[in-house]
Amino acid sequence: MENEVKLTAGAMVTFAIAVSALVVLPYLQVRDVPPPEGLKRYTSAELRGRASYIANGCMYCHSQQPRSESFAPADAQRGWGRASVPGDYVYDKPHLLGSMRTGPDLFNIGVRQPSKDWQLGHLYQPRAYVPESIMPSYPYLFELKDKADPGEETLNLPPGHVPAGKVVVPTPEALDLVRYLQALKRDYPVLPPDPREAAGARTSSVHDAKARTPAS
Amino acid sequence: MDSALLSLLGAFLLSMLGLFAFIWSLRKGLLVENVKAASAIFARGEIGRVDDPALESAARADLQAAAVEAGDAAHVPDEHDMDERVAADRSSAFPVFMFIGFACMWLLFGGIAGLTASLKLHWPDWLVSEAWMTFGRIRTVHLTAVLYGWITNAELGIIIWLMPRLLRTPLMGSMWIMMGGALVNIAIASGIGAIGAGWTDGLEYLEMPWQIGIFFAAGMLCIIGPVMYTLVNRKVESLYVTTWYHTAGLLWITLLFIVGKMPGVHFGVQQAAMNWWYGHNVLGLWFTPVAVGAIYYFLPKIIARPIRSYNLSILGFWTLAFFYAQVGGHHLVGGPVPGWLITLSIVQSMMMIIPVLAFSINMALTMKGRTRLARYSPTLRFVMFGGFMYLLSSLQGSFEALRSVQQVAHFTHFTVAHAHLGAYGFVTMVLFGAIYFMMPRVLHWEWPYPRLISLHFWLASVGVLIYFVFLTWGGWLQGLAMLDAARPFIESVKLTLPYLQWRSVGGGLMVASHLVFVGHFLAMVLRFGPHRVSAALFSAQPRAMELAHGE
Repeated sequence: MENEVKLTAGAMVTFAIAVSALVVLPYLQVRDVPPPEGLKRYTSAELRGRASYIANGCMYCHSQQPRSESFAPADAQRGWGRASVPGDYVYDKPHLLGSMRTGPDLFNIGVRQPSKDWQLGHLYQPRAYVPESIMPSYPYLFELKDKADPGEETLNLPPGHVPAGKVVVPTPEALDLVRYLQALKRDYPVLPPDPREAAGARTSSVHDAKARTPAS
Repeated sequence: MDSALLSLLGAFLLSMLGLFAFIWSLRKGLLVENVKAASAIFARGEIGRVDDPALESAARADLQAAAVEAGDAAHVPDEHDMDERVAADRSSAFPVFMFIGFACMWLLFGGIAGLTASLKLHWPDWLVSEAWMTFGRIRTVHLTAVLYGWITNAELGIIIWLMPRLLRTPLMGSMWIMMGGALVNIAIASGIGAIGAGWTDGLEYLEMPWQIGIFFAAGMLCIIGPVMYTLVNRKVESLYVTTWYHTAGLLWITLLFIVGKMPGVHFGVQQAAMNWWYGHNVLGLWFTPVAVGAIYYFLPKIIARPIRSYNLSILGFWTLAFFYAQVGGHHLVGGPVPGWLITLSIVQSMMMIIPVLAFSINMALTMKGRTRLARYSPTLRFVMFGGFMYLLSSLQGSFEALRSVQQVAHFTHFTVAHAHLGAYGFVTMVLFGAIYFMMPRVLHWEWPYPRLISLHFWLASVGVLIYFVFLTWGGWLQGLAMLDAARPFIESVKLTLPYLQWRSVGGGLMVASHLVFVGHFLAMVLRFGPHRVSAALFSAQPRAMELAHGE
């Protein structure tokens, strides 16, 4: 019996060590992080938009985590904002940090591009605004009509992208999604991280602290 | 205490520990080679008799002739051992067929979804009219279908087939295993439907909604039960290294999935840390150990020589178990998670070089002077290709974890290329080889058109190499452009276009290879092709078959 006991027990011990290090310890460390004062809760419309962001897989091409100026200075220079801190994500369930930047980081897209018209039009046809974009168009978030019903808004697309004789009306889902994008504003200041926590970024903490003001 | 003193103390303690480990291993005789344990996969008298069920008899004779070495005596394999093996194979045949059948279906489906997603990246206005067609969903359907549908099903099939063989015990509770397999596949199918409909948990690798995940976890538990029961009721005393990897892998993936899916527990940055701990461990603690375990069985079995060092293989197992479980944090380099977590993961990523070298040295010594055998056996070619890609992808992964490399490679297609080198170049190629070996024994029918196996090999291997080389190159350029604030972001998009197109070419070859493979599989199941050995699933003279294949 020695073998299978050794095997099972050993496999469980190594597994438990990993769970403690990568799941439990971070949980204990960030459990009590308070939300920064400037961070607003999402409204219900924004949460619906967030659900649509998730359902359509936006996070597979857009990250929401600008890196620090010492590690990747271009992030801040592009106007993506200061490096994010754990407190910024207190209301994020599930997290949307993302792992790809096929498109730009969206942590501060509400600061960088607050225009509702632009966001709606860009969702309808990204190439109307950025000719070389490879972002998919989302025609299913819009309706093509002969004329808008009373109370409905229509899209102001750049010339050449409006189908002849038609108007483009955003669905409620598209409007919520844009509300969510507009709410992505993390331009409030945060305290520099506890120097002990920043051990991974040793030399950069002084430089960092100075940079922790809104970048855009 | 300053850090210099601390690291000196750490180094001192570590070297003392290493010294004690060395003394302990001397006392336990671990430095003396254990040939008996390494030969556990053979029947008595079987060493020297090549075994590749996917070959026609003429090709098998060629392989046998090429494999003869000085000192081979003309033994006949022990009849009793062979009877046990046949009984073990018969006990597992039906569940194994079920898993491999599902795996093939998901491979075809997932590959086509992947190719569609790849094409969409350079044809952004193609197939956009419906929500389920959008890139974000098709890409995730691809991931779920190939990771859970293809690799998981195929690995379960391999575990269920090898376990009774290696334990020389008929499989117990196969009805439970089939029920578990049904639950797992119900979960995969509904998970894919849910993702297409926009219902997802939104975490990479964990998209399947947790309500559906319950079925997956329940299915895995139904499979673990009989496997463990067979394990404790086995007839052999010591366990071969493959059994170590496979048993541990089954337990790990189930626990990983349960911890990762726990609803309402994870949040914010902690959830991101958990997410990547899970994401990397699916590869590290499930795909890799099962595929490595499979290589440890199939490679020596085909060439009919035991692995060079059994103890080295066990060292590889324990170091993999310890180090691999902690590497996930390197996906968050530069992110808002605690610095110690990332540093820990980077260190363990580098430590992964130990199990990878232990495996590679072992395999290189086993194959030394015998690599020419790959010319005679496409099955062996698949397994060797996979083993070599394991070395490459793991070494690449270790160095990719470093901060300086992550700075460029993170958030780019470089990472995607790396993931495909691991999941396809290594794991999937080994699975192909294993299936070619297993199915004739499972179905008691030979592969009808052996030439298709070679065609499959060349399409798949050339496809994955094109995919990997171009996407790695393009991803690196993309990362450099992204780091240079003087260049507008859109340049980092524009410059990847030719590489994305090449990726679709590679992906197209891979999908073509799947068509060949699954078509061949169907032809075998439907009993097409020349009638060469024996018809029924459970032949009247199974042992005669086993010997026929073994000669």
